[in-house]
Amino acid sequence: MPPPRTRGTALRQRLAELRGPDVAAKALDARALAALAANPGCERRAILDGAGVDKATLADALGSPSAFGQSQFALTRGNAFEAKVKADGGAELLRLVHERLDPRAAPPVGAALPDLSAIGPEGRTARTALALREATGATGTWTLLDHPMIALDVAGSPAFLEPDAVVVHPDGSWTVVEIKSFPMLDGSADPAKVGAAARQAAVYVLALEAVAARLDPAPRVRHRVLLVCPKDFSNLPTASAVDVRKQRAVTSRQLARLTRIEDIADALPEGTCFSPELPAEQLTAAVEAVPAAYAPECLAACELAFHCRQRSRAAGAVTSLGRSVRAELGGLTTVEDVLAAARGESGDPRDPAVAALRRAARLRTEALGTMCH
Amino acid sequence: MSLITTLARLEAVTTGRAQPTATVRHRHLSERPLVLVPLTTAGEAGAPLGALVGTDREAPRLLVVAQPRDRELRFAFLAELADVVLPYLDSYADVVEAAERSETDPETGKRVKVEVELCADAPQLIVPSRAGVDFVRLLGRSMRFRRTAEQDPETPYPAPARVPLLGRWLTHFGERSRVPGSSLLTAMTEVLGRHWATGQSSLEDQHLGAQLAWIAPPPGETGAQAALRAELARDAAGQLRCPPAGPATDPAFDNKLLAPAIERYDRARTALAAAEDGLQADDRLGALTAAEQEIRELVRSRTLPTWNKVWEGLDLLRALPEGAHVEERWTRDRWSFTGHRDRVVAGEPPQPRRDDAVTAANKLATREREQARLEAQEALDDPLVMAGRRLAGEAFAGEVVDVVMAYSESKRPSPRPLVTVRTDDRPHLGERAKVFRSLGGKPQAAEFVGRDGEEEDGLLVLRIVDKMGRGKEPEVGSVPEKGDRLCFTLFEHEQRGGAKLPDPEDTPWTHGGPPGEQAPEVPDSVTQEDVL
Repeated sequence: MPPPRTRGTALRQRLAELRGPDVAAKALDARALAALAANPGCERRAILDGAGVDKATLADALGSPSAFGQSQFALTRGNAFEAKVKADGGAELLRLVHERLDPRAAPPVGAALPDLSAIGPEGRTARTALALREATGATGTWTLLDHPMIALDVAGSPAFLEPDAVVVHPDGSWTVVEIKSFPMLDGSADPAKVGAAARQAAVYVLALEAVAARLDPAPRVRHRVLLVCPKDFSNLPTASAVDVRKQRAVTSRQLARLTRIEDIADALPEGTCFSPELPAEQLTAAVEAVPAAYAPECLAACELAFHCRQRSRAAGAVTSLGRSVRAELGGLTTVEDVLAAARGESGDPRDPAVAALRRAARLRTEALGTMCH
Repeated sequence: MSLITTLARLEAVTTGRAQPTATVRHRHLSERPLVLVPLTTAGEAGAPLGALVGTDREAPRLLVVAQPRDRELRFAFLAELADVVLPYLDSYADVVEAAERSETDPETGKRVKVEVELCADAPQLIVPSRAGVDFVRLLGRSMRFRRTAEQDPETPYPAPARVPLLGRWLTHFGERSRVPGSSLLTAMTEVLGRHWATGQSSLEDQHLGAQLAWIAPPPGETGAQAALRAELARDAAGQLRCPPAGPATDPAFDNKLLAPAIERYDRARTALAAAEDGLQADDRLGALTAAEQEIRELVRSRTLPTWNKVWEGLDLLRALPEGAHVEERWTRDRWSFTGHRDRVVAGEPPQPRRDDAVTAANKLATREREQARLEAQEALDDPLVMAGRRLAGEAFAGEVVDVVMAYSESKRPSPRPLVTVRTDDRPHLGERAKVFRSLGGKPQAAEFVGRDGEEEDGLLVLRIVDKMGRGKEPEVGSVPEKGDRLCFTLFEHEQRGGAKLPDPEDTPWTHGGPPGEQAPEVPDSVTQEDVL
């Protein structure tokens, strides 16, 4: 007898249908999860990510390939720096954690470095959970978990996450360590990059909290993470404690809202599928069935951005010129509507947005007229 | 963004061509700017890959680091860059004119005029985009604390002579570029963005190729089509036809072209080092030169399109007439340049990593003041900018419909004529609000007395209060006449300096106290390995 279809399995079934037959789900990584917080209003992104659709492949199939890629120089440099930070059993890394986050604890000498290798993500997750439990029990010692694996439940299916390192303090609390290869110049780094790192670390903190909740007594997951970067122009590591409470709260709220992908899925027409095997028109129609909230910021964060931009421009949406443009135009959302209102061909003159537009148009014409004389 | 600029952007969308947002040029352009198109290595801080630099559009100098992670090659690159930039700066440092500056006399404490030198003109550095400005700052920071063998024979990796000096200059240029309205170091996309509204977002305008495509689309194409091509079109080998303006390179270029070329270069270098006799070494030197040449060509191919675009941008901007106040702001840039020249000549140490409290407060105050100055001057120079201020209720234009002579009630009555102006604008005028108009380049102040009739009539009564001379009768031409078209602003035309800050040695304890004797800045810690 088949098991009764619960709410969870029904959704999973539905999402698999959306992905298309024989298409494996693309696992969500911390970066993708963190990016959800960037444009929470976009249903298109929510459903595609929730269903595990590979957006890069989808963008290719739609004829608007994404322009993301990583230079191998950056990759090499990043790996070399991480190896340097973790050399000698992570001595330098632990020294930094001790100095920046827990200076009153005993210095990290002879820290434990449990072996976390196992088969498959599930195996590695279990191994990590075990190592965390043991390390937490062993009070008075430091433990460094190099590339642990933790699972986070995202809309009913697990996402496997791999932080650079997690450190267990002598008091049994846990710290997330993020190693990045952008420089910390005179003690400060590019705020945009630090923000991205903090959002990513917040996802790890959330996942670790889920692991901690299963222990008794539940250990504390520190909300100050350690960001390790190269110092100035060298490859010597330096570190800074970053408070991720805000990012943690935002991401947690976003993940909770992800359950709403069920509602989005329900609203889709029967037979909607995002398989890259389908012809472009059919795919375009499927993608079009979910509303997107395109803004130019998407170009830096989403693989589908060029497709959405093209559609947004074709529809004459003013937000394709930037979110701020929209703010002063009231209820007018398309280029044609705004210009017609400005020319006085449409719109209610009592509407303050329309009145302001007409005055702006008049003043602009007047000023440009003086130029011609 | 004001509604007027938004309208211009929307018009650009429908017409397929960028629309003007200025009727004059609001930034100074040198007759002989130094254009710099730098490239950097992905993932590395301060590891340049190469640059095109020079003052001659037809003959840029190509500088390349064949292996960006090699310290020696990097130093050679910076030394070459110094060879180009420093003589250019010197050519402006030597031509001076006499000027006056008021200084506080250390003995009497009074403000006195001092005769000083002011450079007759200043150099101008132009980079393609905002990221290029940041890179100039970064280069400056990476160089200014380096020690040469002459300064410190013990230093582990001595920098070539003049490299620290170039670092100090680039730092100064980077710092100056944060002052609104300054033009010593200019990003082309920013200046173009100031003068044209394209049919794309300001985020997309940071791509110089796409921005120019909107401003001057090729014949038969709309700006949107041309911009899209500039942004995304790739050749058969998967390389962008219009390479990004940098300093970051396209990952596809790094992975498919540059990385294999650098690998070949590394191999050729190892082979040369292992050569056993002269003949073999000659052969292998040939191979090394060929490998290096290949990288040079790659860097040239990625920088030359941007180089040309920067000059196209300059052509477009030069076609605009210069705004009336641009010259005055450029004089401030000349003061800034002269000041740094004097500090270098006086043997002062490089700019510190962190400013002391007084210096930092002074810098912030300067930026705020210059921002206000820039906003006021741009509006006065340009009716289109003024239109934005009028829309915002910060200025109004109208016709004088009535002038009534009146006098102040003092022992020596002065003229205080009442002027009625009819305007369609809607200024936010409070009771007795001050307004200003430009009279022969000087601001004349008036006071808002009240409205004549209903608000819809748009009749404003103003009392002129100054610039009418000392006599009982106002000087000829100093009082508006019936029928005059005038524009009054609610903002002041000239900026006053803020409250004077104490000298650094008198910094109050609330701000960390006096900084004390400045300890010389230590050089940066360096990577021990020869190759990063």
